[in-house]
Amino acid sequence: MVNIAPWKAVLTILVCVLGFAYALPNVMPLETRMWMQENLPSWAPNKTVNLGLDLRGGAHLLYEVDVDVVVRERADNMLQDMRKSLREDRIGYSRIGVIPQGVRITLRNSSDGEDARRILRRSNANLDIDTSSDGLTIEAVMNDQGLREVYDNTISQSIEIVRRRIDELGTTEPIIQRQGEDRILIQAPGADSESLKNIIGTTAKLTFHLLKDPGAPGLSKTFTMAEDPTRTMEVEPRALITGEMLENAAPAFQDGQPVISFRLNNIGGRRFADVTRKNVGKPFAIVLDGQVLSAPVIREPILGGQGQISGGFTVQEASDLALLLRAGALPAPMHVVEERTVGPSLGADSVESGRQASIYGLILVLCFMGVLYGLFGLMANVALAVNVALIFAILSGLQATLTLPGIAGIVLTIGMAVDANVLIFERIREELSAGRTPISAIDAGYSRAMSTIIDSNLTTLIAAFILFAFGTGPIKGFAVTLGIGIVTSFFTAIMVTRLLVITWLRKKRPDTLPV
Amino acid sequence: MKGLRIIPEETAVNFIGMRYVAYVISAVLILGSIFMISTKGLNFGIDFTGGTVIEIKTPVEPDLAEMRTLLNGLALGAISIQEFGAKDDLLIRLPQQVEDPIVVKEREECRAESKEWDECPPMAQELAIEDVRQAINDTFAEDGEVDYRRVEYVGPQVGEELKQQGMIAVFLSMIGILAYVWFRFEWQFGVAAIIALLHDTVAIMGLFAFAQMDFDLSTVAAILMIAGYSINDTVVVFDRIRENLRKYKKMPLTELFNMSINQMLSRTLMTSFTTLLALIALYVLGGEVIRGFVDALIIGIVVGTYSSVFVAAPVLLLTNIKRSEVQTGEAQEA
Repeated sequence: MVNIAPWKAVLTILVCVLGFAYALPNVMPLETRMWMQENLPSWAPNKTVNLGLDLRGGAHLLYEVDVDVVVRERADNMLQDMRKSLREDRIGYSRIGVIPQGVRITLRNSSDGEDARRILRRSNANLDIDTSSDGLTIEAVMNDQGLREVYDNTISQSIEIVRRRIDELGTTEPIIQRQGEDRILIQAPGADSESLKNIIGTTAKLTFHLLKDPGAPGLSKTFTMAEDPTRTMEVEPRALITGEMLENAAPAFQDGQPVISFRLNNIGGRRFADVTRKNVGKPFAIVLDGQVLSAPVIREPILGGQGQISGGFTVQEASDLALLLRAGALPAPMHVVEERTVGPSLGADSVESGRQASIYGLILVLCFMGVLYGLFGLMANVALAVNVALIFAILSGLQATLTLPGIAGIVLTIGMAVDANVLIFERIREELSAGRTPISAIDAGYSRAMSTIIDSNLTTLIAAFILFAFGTGPIKGFAVTLGIGIVTSFFTAIMVTRLLVITWLRKKRPDTLPV
Repeated sequence: MKGLRIIPEETAVNFIGMRYVAYVISAVLILGSIFMISTKGLNFGIDFTGGTVIEIKTPVEPDLAEMRTLLNGLALGAISIQEFGAKDDLLIRLPQQVEDPIVVKEREECRAESKEWDECPPMAQELAIEDVRQAINDTFAEDGEVDYRRVEYVGPQVGEELKQQGMIAVFLSMIGILAYVWFRFEWQFGVAAIIALLHDTVAIMGLFAFAQMDFDLSTVAAILMIAGYSINDTVVVFDRIRENLRKYKKMPLTELFNMSINQMLSRTLMTSFTTLLALIALYVLGGEVIRGFVDALIIGIVVGTYSSVFVAAPVLLLTNIKRSEVQTGEAQEA
């Protein structure tokens, strides 16, 4: 034990050097770091610790997406499709309607049941289909897989749209991710939640509707005209084309007028071709955000899935609109369930108080250890310094987020990191007073304290791990620094101080120990 | 250069002899805590209750009484205002606002029509924040700008979930720690350790209830941290007890327990002391935002240190542990 294998010694020194090297960028001025990023290879230390929202200021928003709306929409579409298919296949029904997550059909003849079920299955594979005992009433609801698909699609689509909108805001590195079943977490450093919420709420929903024939039966929808809000227009309630079918939109010119040219995806293109072929000579309304932009007459079938929207735009309006159209509409309503904004002044204050607390905490512990354990205390202090460097090196390398509770975790680690050394030194003292020689006391001190050190570190590590798994935001930051701190302090207390103690022993060959 | 001995080399404090005193102290602590938690209750922060917290820095020293009257005149429920570390730093708490279902419907419809969201009826909570901001800005209109340092809103459902998650986390870490101690030691040690752990947790919660300090997510984190620390302290003492059980085959148990605690006393106190040193730095310099967190940690370290000496070891003695039950397989000289 009093010997240390040369490779272990080399490894220990190497880790220490690397630790300081990778922690160093955190205390370097920005220009030096920029220079290093440009002139040194990418593996060279140039990363700094990633500050959390509570330290750099920013907005944290948790949205809940009302996916039920989409589910209802799906059920609605299913109803329309069924009605059409049943009519086409001449299957008689007395009643058809939407039920939660699906449709209910009451047939005239139970003999049509098999056909109706076949049509249902063809329209959507993920349905649970129930037939009443008399064979007349069929209920088809989305099964778990179908619902999950709706949820997954809705959330990922919402995230995509939110991301594109926030990118427009130009904030650095926003985090946008799904949380749980139906929630979206948005974290944008440097942003305030008001402007963030506004940009997220800025929708551009584009729909194409056929105009309602005056006097024709059935429901209709009324929109105001964009140029003249006092005038309204009655259209078919069901949209022919919706924004989701839009593949691209770009500003363009037609006869010297700014217009928006668009291209539809396959489904949209086909449907558009279909409708325009059947309705040549009729007008259709282009509705954007609840207002009719224009109602051009279909001159000829539009087969390529491409077209243009004119509406008396300025150049700027056309390019803004094109962008919003590209970003599309949110598929479902969302509302804020959690919101935390930290202003830049509080963030800066927190960084400053965190820094001071760490420095003074460190100084206090260093002094105390020096006084208490003399030379050995100083060696433990070297280990403690290495420990702090290693924590910052690992935080920078992993690009983990440092939060205010995270800083508290570091300070706490500073206090607790000496524990392993205290355990060892106390053991050495005991062994010395039991009459052992210095070398054998040190030997026994290290080897006997080891299992205790492992036990005590592991219990804290369990707490840190569970905190990491269950904590959110800042608390997670605490778990991260605490966890890293436990691992690094284990290394420094065992390897670094031992290396120092053994080197010193070899040099001095002392008769008594200054413990 | 020789170190200073603060704790004498050979201490022979009769800790086990004091155990009945400790039982009384702990009983008072625990029963008092349970009483406090059940009568006064924990003062849950918005993390758990839902609601809004706004921290502002005012340009001039505010008249708190006047502001209280002003804000509570807004009919937004009971709004509390307290100083937050400095006279011009205020923490304003708004209760969870009740949404009018008609407005909710209007909003959903409005948003479904894809209008700009700020054209649609806002959420009650947003409206309340806006009202409060307006009132505050008006108050200080002549003095300069108010710095909105932090605005936090937690919805009722999220609060409920955070509460559940917190409870699960505490429960799981207890289980995890218990499992570890069980695995490393004999069951008697596990039982004693978990009793010490529960003792500490209940005591911290009791003190939070007593002082009506904000009990929020960071408090839960602190409790978990303390659980780890307290167990750490306990395990160190247990380690020594086990070692001595193997070493001294004839010594009476009370004497052996006392000796073990005394042997580890220096370490227990030194480590608690350095940890407290670091925490005091945090307490003094760390700022208001983590004050509650640091409070909980400081209380916890003190209680945890006490419990590892005065609760864990005596309880272990109560379990009537026998030498024969302590595994002897492990070699003494590593």
